[in-house]
Amino acid sequence: MSSDQTMRDLMANLPVPEFESTPWASPPPLSEATVAIVTSAGLHRADQDRFEGRGDTSYRMLDRSDRELILGHWSSNFDRAAYVSDHNVVYPIDRLEELAANGTIGAVAPRHLAFAGNQPDTVSEVRLDTGPAAAAELRADGVDVAILTPV
Amino acid sequence: MCVLAHVLEDAGIATVVLASMKPVAERMNVPRVLYCEFPLGRPLGMPDNAQFQHGVLAAAFDLLNAPSGPVLVDYPEVVAAIETPLACALPPRFDPDIAASVDEAQGLRAAYDRAVARRGATEVGRSVDADGVPGALAELERLVAGEHWKEVYGPRLDTIAIAHDIRAYYQEAALELAGGPVPGARQAEAWFYEQTEAGKTLAAARDALTEQEAPSGITFYMQPVGR
Repeated sequence: MSSDQTMRDLMANLPVPEFESTPWASPPPLSEATVAIVTSAGLHRADQDRFEGRGDTSYRMLDRSDRELILGHWSSNFDRAAYVSDHNVVYPIDRLEELAANGTIGAVAPRHLAFAGNQPDTVSEVRLDTGPAAAAELRADGVDVAILTPV
Repeated sequence: MCVLAHVLEDAGIATVVLASMKPVAERMNVPRVLYCEFPLGRPLGMPDNAQFQHGVLAAAFDLLNAPSGPVLVDYPEVVAAIETPLACALPPRFDPDIAASVDEAQGLRAAYDRAVARRGATEVGRSVDADGVPGALAELERLVAGEHWKEVYGPRLDTIAIAHDIRAYYQEAALELAGGPVPGARQAEAWFYEQTEAGKTLAAARDALTEQEAPSGITFYMQPVGR
């Protein structure tokens, strides 16, 4: 069995936070929408604090112009070689710029968002504290749509 | 990731999750999910392939047209990992008086430096920088030789970060030496654990720590599952 399949099997039965309903935001047409990337890869600039080990619920805001960010997620169970060669495989910022240039999306958000996905099963602090704080920052920037990329 | 989707939607931001774990997404009532069966660590599927990445993004944005949710769609194209080792020559033995892993790490330094100069960034530095990698391996060799971890490190065991730094150093050097297109997912990992002295040392040090009953949360995360 492949390593990825082993991980998928392990994760399939882990307890997850319960959500009884599905929230639903209605965005403007894509060609008018401001789009942000939200990743759980723990990306950060070299001049920003690193993510500490398991259970660091903080987040980093990344500027639209940032490239070659450090991948701060703590798991050893995913491939990192691709990211080192092409950040877009985790953080498709250059693709968003292309989509904005050709009018597919309205605009690339001025700032993007990174958490580190290595969290305890409840994820309560992200859910109730740092998550809403980060979402408010994106909303203040006029973000309508977010693409979420895990590793 | 699925928790953040809920949080963002509550704040008025429409989300699409490029999910890598389908059963998790299914259980969490997430508004819009594009399930992508790609190697873990490659949520857009293929590096250095803008066309493929645009295909994934287009499918993700397409879910924004759904009138209500939850919506979960499988991306039709599957990308599998390749677990045969990367083909990358290792430096010959240079100094027979030091441990093979330490000698090897020193021999890879020029390739590592070229890789960092090219990219302008490095993943090494969580616990040690590149200068510290040979010394970190020498400490792991002491564990393998039977010393207790508290004698080697003192009270704080930081070997998850140390393992990360050693692997990152080797991987960045290997990608530089191998050249050519980005290897398949897990090929760099397989090369590290199956071909390098450092990989063997790291595995043996993890076994030694397990025998010393070091905290299992640390030994578990020192290496990928199955290694």
